[in-house]
Amino acid sequence: MNPQQVLGQFRATGLETCFHGRHIGAQILDGLDGSNWCLKDYEARGGYQALRRILGVDGSEGLTPDQVIAAVKESALRGRGGAGFPTGLKWSFMPRQFPGQKYLVCNSDEGEPGTCKDRDILQFNPHIVIEGMIIAAYAMGITVGYNYIHGEIFQTYDRFEDALREARAAGLLGDRILGSSLNFQLHAAHGFGAYICGEETALLESLEGKKGQPRFKPPFPASFGLYGKPTTVNNTETFAAVPWIIRNGAQAYLQCGKPNNGGTKIYSVSGDVERPGNYEIPMGTPFSVLLELAGGVRTGRQLKAVIPGGSSAPVLPASIMMDCTMDYDSIAKAGSMLGSGAVIVMDDSRCMVKSLQRLSYFYMHESCGQCTPCREGTGWLSRVVDRIENGQGRQADMDLLDNVAENIQGRTICALGDAAAMPVRAMIKHFRPEFEYHVANKTCMVPAYV
Amino acid sequence: MISSESRARFEQEVAKYPADQRQSAVMACLAIAQQEIGYVSAEAEAEIAEFLGMAPMAVHEVTTFYNMYNQRPVGKYKLNVCTNLPCQLRDGARALRHLEKKLGISMGESTDDGMFTLQQCECLGACADSPVLLVNDRTMCSFMTEEKLDQLVDGLRAAEGNA
Repeated sequence: MNPQQVLGQFRATGLETCFHGRHIGAQILDGLDGSNWCLKDYEARGGYQALRRILGVDGSEGLTPDQVIAAVKESALRGRGGAGFPTGLKWSFMPRQFPGQKYLVCNSDEGEPGTCKDRDILQFNPHIVIEGMIIAAYAMGITVGYNYIHGEIFQTYDRFEDALREARAAGLLGDRILGSSLNFQLHAAHGFGAYICGEETALLESLEGKKGQPRFKPPFPASFGLYGKPTTVNNTETFAAVPWIIRNGAQAYLQCGKPNNGGTKIYSVSGDVERPGNYEIPMGTPFSVLLELAGGVRTGRQLKAVIPGGSSAPVLPASIMMDCTMDYDSIAKAGSMLGSGAVIVMDDSRCMVKSLQRLSYFYMHESCGQCTPCREGTGWLSRVVDRIENGQGRQADMDLLDNVAENIQGRTICALGDAAAMPVRAMIKHFRPEFEYHVANKTCMVPAYV
Repeated sequence: MISSESRARFEQEVAKYPADQRQSAVMACLAIAQQEIGYVSAEAEAEIAEFLGMAPMAVHEVTTFYNMYNQRPVGKYKLNVCTNLPCQLRDGARALRHLEKKLGISMGESTDDGMFTLQQCECLGACADSPVLLVNDRTMCSFMTEEKLDQLVDGLRAAEGNA
């Protein structure tokens, strides 16, 4: 075997994460098998029909940009990248009559620990993102777009480039799309290892060829975005939801979720479950159902805690989590956030100090260094958690951690500071006795693992 | 010197952006240079700076900001193992330790024969596939049990005629 053949043996097939037949009412991952990502396959699944309907090239009368935005608003689609901001509202902020260039950006810089959904969307159904972006471009009068893809998933970047070539050749991208007056150029760009570039203004800096350091907001990207021009940034999964809404109607989308939380959502379930993977289910599905789809907690173990929305989301103990439904409002009410929908499951063998140690190291490593509270504070948090884990903690350390975290939160340009602080505060809040035990006994309450 | 093939790829990247925004292609150009010569040398930075009309320091800022650019030569195969929390829960750290033992080096080091560099890394965005590692920035290897890690290392050594 040559080296490429050797490496090829270990390539993910998506069988475990995507084609397990355990989605409920899937809209984005429906009908995929790993080989049917091409344009002809996507069209056979009804792909690009939404675009044709909007442009009126299928014999219908077409939709105006206002009608498209109204439909997205009515659907209650909320941003799938983490913030959960209403997509239709965001689109309506775009100054459509702005005379100069405007930009559309897809945020595929998926680096929030626990999240691997955008990878599977782009790898196995890239055209659904392209169609969603063309529709968004039409709605906001934008002619140029970029998809910024996580540098670590280079095979997916190559796949997306292949899909772009297909779309261009078929007249779905470029000038006069499908013979209409719509022009839209779409390109792929990639990161190269910086968590911070998932933050939208850091991503824009990176697209401009600079260090990915977030910008002050306001001005927001809708008025000062890429190259200083009006720009809308949405997550991959958000764009992927749009064609279904146009094809099936905003009400149908809303009804398959719950009020204020339209549609399905793809949850990346990782950690202590039997079947880690991506599960697309309607918004508002009980957490217990999702856990069951993922095969339940690892055999012989009890659920201890769940981080419900990527590593930045506050951890929730099992008792609270089991009463939650999987939607923005339910998880927020429980004191955490749905974030990117990355569900990190932890069983009763897990030491929370050790878990927090790894997370705190991550935020220290990925702080861009721009704001003092984050640059210095993340290092401070990491060092204190480190000494507790290593048996050199003091009983005052828990209050110190909470105090340092409190002084980072809300005092930085971007949300990375909050993302570093929130897990610390939630761990102390819910699992304080475990930290105290660690300090007093210089060892874990739970059996060692790893 | 960056090859003419790489230069042709630079042109393709620059073409994605407005004519007055050539700098936008710097991330891609650095990645292409690294793919060709194994790391981002000062000479490569200077060539890219000239090609894109950037100050060399502005290029260097990008090289040093992003984790995946190699600022010095690495082994023929750079293995980046994710040990972030979701992977830690599924043997990511164990995979890293297994490779340390197998290769006889600590993370951050390279083998004496120049074949492997081993690094710990942050989230690769493949959390459900853990343990995962990234080979030479471009090939993700999933579900890497200790047995598969052995196959990977032995397979690459055999493929390089170095078993």
